[in-house]
Amino acid sequence: MILALVLPGFSNGIPLQAYLTLAAVLFCTGVWGLINSRNAVRVLMSIELMLNAVNLNLMAFSNYLDGQLIRGQVFAIFVITVAAAEAAVGLAILLSLYRNRETVDMERFNLLRW
Amino acid sequence: MTIASTTELICFLVLSFTLVLGSLGVVLLPNIVYSAFLLGGVFLSVAGLYLLLNASFVAAAQVLVYVGAVNVLILFAIMLVNKKETLADIPGLLLRRVLSGAVCAGLFALLLRVSFTTDWALPGPIPVGEEATIRIGEHLFSDYLLPFELASVLLLMAMIGAIVLARRDVFSSDVITGEPVDQGLIEKARTPLLLEKPVLEKTS
Repeated sequence: MILALVLPGFSNGIPLQAYLTLAAVLFCTGVWGLINSRNAVRVLMSIELMLNAVNLNLMAFSNYLDGQLIRGQVFAIFVITVAAAEAAVGLAILLSLYRNRETVDMERFNLLRW
Repeated sequence: MTIASTTELICFLVLSFTLVLGSLGVVLLPNIVYSAFLLGGVFLSVAGLYLLLNASFVAAAQVLVYVGAVNVLILFAIMLVNKKETLADIPGLLLRRVLSGAVCAGLFALLLRVSFTTDWALPGPIPVGEEATIRIGEHLFSDYLLPFELASVLLLMAMIGAIVLARRDVFSSDVITGEPVDQGLIEKARTPLLLEKPVLEKTS
């Protein structure tokens, strides 16, 4: 429906707002999944979705507003690096959690709860 | 990349369609293996959007790092922790879902409002297009040199940390008796340390 609203604006190329809307959809999906997932692996997947949404925003701004000095692309490369490191460490933590608790249910990782 | 605007529009619509459907599938599908493969599809469509945004190098990096490394890592993790378990019901789950959905819808409305009411400085400078890789290289070795080096340190730290966290301690001799351990039995099941203990009977 949102695409139908902005489709008249697509006459001369894709507008910046289309990419921003897409990234917002992706980010909100990631946040919802992060809150509601019971499986710890799915939580990590939701975090990757959010990081990709941020990257999409950075790339859109880099192309539309900063076309000569593409600083957004450099930022996106750093975000990809940090995301890869985060995924590796997160999955290692998940493995050692699974080894100690024998579950991946987020509701049962409550050792530090009051 | 110079392609006709209609082709670009069709590519954008198809990619955004797969992106939204794939991300919803990642979050909502009950089977986590399907979620992981759909996540690969989401990464690939994001890489396609990068191609539409004149960023061929970052698109290639996205495919290599996300699809080739992160997604495979997630599949390995699913394989290693794949135990069918029935999740215990928790009270107020539906309420929590509805509430968090409302919060996310509010966040989405806020982001939309920002992106549609802000007066962006459009049209900006002409995109460099095919020279983007050269520009990125110049940035990485001049004004972004320190973050670039720090990224390598970060990757080293993440690698060592992941190894330390995920490895098992292997002893060549038994800790208690001092006898040599049969190396074929190292993978034997050990009692996990933090399992919930059975409820102790009350001592009178």
